[in-house]
Amino acid sequence: MESSDKLIRLDDMDNVLIARCDIKKGERILIENKEIEMKTDVKLGFKVASKAIIPEEKIIKFRTPIGSATMPVEIGDVVHVHNMKSDYSPTYTIQNQNEYEGH
Amino acid sequence: MKDIEWKGYARKDGSKGIRNVLLVVYLVECAHHVSSEIASGFNKNEVQVIGFGGCYPNSHADKVMRRLCTHPNVGGALLVSLGCESFNRFKLAKTIEETGRPVSTLVIQEEGGTSKAIARGTEWVRSALHQLQNTPSVKMGVKDLVIGTICGGSDATSGISGNPAVGLTFDRLVEEKAITIFEETGEMIGFEDHIASRAKTKALGNELRKSIQKAARYYTIMGHASFAPGNADGGLSTIEEKSLGAYSKGGKSEIAGLLKPGDIPTQPGLYLLDVVPDGEPRFGFPNINDNAEISELMACGSHIILFVTGRGSVVGSPIAPVIKICSNPDTYERMEEDMDINAGKVISGELNLKESSNEIISAILSTAAGNKTASEALGHQEFVLLYKSFQPAGPSCLP
Repeated sequence: MESSDKLIRLDDMDNVLIARCDIKKGERILIENKEIEMKTDVKLGFKVASKAIIPEEKIIKFRTPIGSATMPVEIGDVVHVHNMKSDYSPTYTIQNQNEYEGH
Repeated sequence: MKDIEWKGYARKDGSKGIRNVLLVVYLVECAHHVSSEIASGFNKNEVQVIGFGGCYPNSHADKVMRRLCTHPNVGGALLVSLGCESFNRFKLAKTIEETGRPVSTLVIQEEGGTSKAIARGTEWVRSALHQLQNTPSVKMGVKDLVIGTICGGSDATSGISGNPAVGLTFDRLVEEKAITIFEETGEMIGFEDHIASRAKTKALGNELRKSIQKAARYYTIMGHASFAPGNADGGLSTIEEKSLGAYSKGGKSEIAGLLKPGDIPTQPGLYLLDVVPDGEPRFGFPNINDNAEISELMACGSHIILFVTGRGSVVGSPIAPVIKICSNPDTYERMEEDMDINAGKVISGELNLKESSNEIISAILSTAAGNKTASEALGHQEFVLLYKSFQPAGPSCLP
């Protein structure tokens, strides 16, 4: 299992990593031995793709599917309600949070 | 933990409490103000208000109220009735009396209105408190405790630090022969088979599976799951992801039984509380907020509630002290006065899960011995009890 100062890998099977702290847009982070420049700010506890994910592919955290991608996700992208959805019931948010920006 | 003992309160019905609370209980919302006014003249930790707002009868509310008024942490109760509501005050008073606790019923319409009722109620509470001072003490240990857990104001850190730390704590409490209760079957949707496989018996496994399927159906009809907008702001994307975190707070023990609100387990072990009503949805959401869940955990006998929060809940409860475990190190820093434990240290790397669980166990023992939790010290006593309908738990649900 790889964990860095900034990202935690919870399980070898996961395709997302968890931010251990807030990460700034433009920071360069090592993910799967690739240096990736963050496209957005990432808040503590949020998920970051550890590989490219295609639409409808399951998002895996703690070796468990937690939903599916709704659009192509690149390595280092934040994975959240703007690019994934529940396979059970829709997620309710107050604003229409179509984008991760604005948090 | 085995050798640690403290002095608790011995009840005549044989139960052992860690608090000696006198309840003022409104039996309909119309009696709420009078109840609050009566309690306001006394120490908030000694005299606490709970109640049921509805005017129409409900057997779930009846059962929960009976359990709460005879809870091990409760020494006695003043029932406050307007006079025309349909809550069966006679039956409740009789139940309390039979456990040897002091009880009195105040009917506002018979007393002649607000002021007279407040005066009479205040007088009774004063004399009952005097009586409670003579409650005999009894030695208690971890094996005498019932510990419930919920998570509220969850974010993505809850499932990584706070909930697994509570899960580990639960495993250790079960080893010490305590009773532990986790709940919210709506947050186990997707884990039916896994949970069923952890049941003590195959028949119980089937009941556990059915309870989660029931929750899935109920939430589908309600239109959205147990997921608040704050959960998404905190990095949780879906109900599955929230469930994954919530599930971990039950630990890894074999599941000994499935409870409905008000069922009190007698054998040590880990229990799942089914909070979702049976039958067709009739009264709305299974639990409208965290305090509704706390009421039901207490109705199953919980002495203490372990409450994991990431976003930062501030709530407490009457009757059972709430230990607030903050899973997010940033939230802890911002809201330290409301928190008892900083499980965020697991994320920042200061502690591992075992060490965090040690801190939770210390807090449980200290709270059981009488020390106030953060929410007790701040006076939080949020309470919610609503209409629900349940069928009794099946024969394979309890050991």
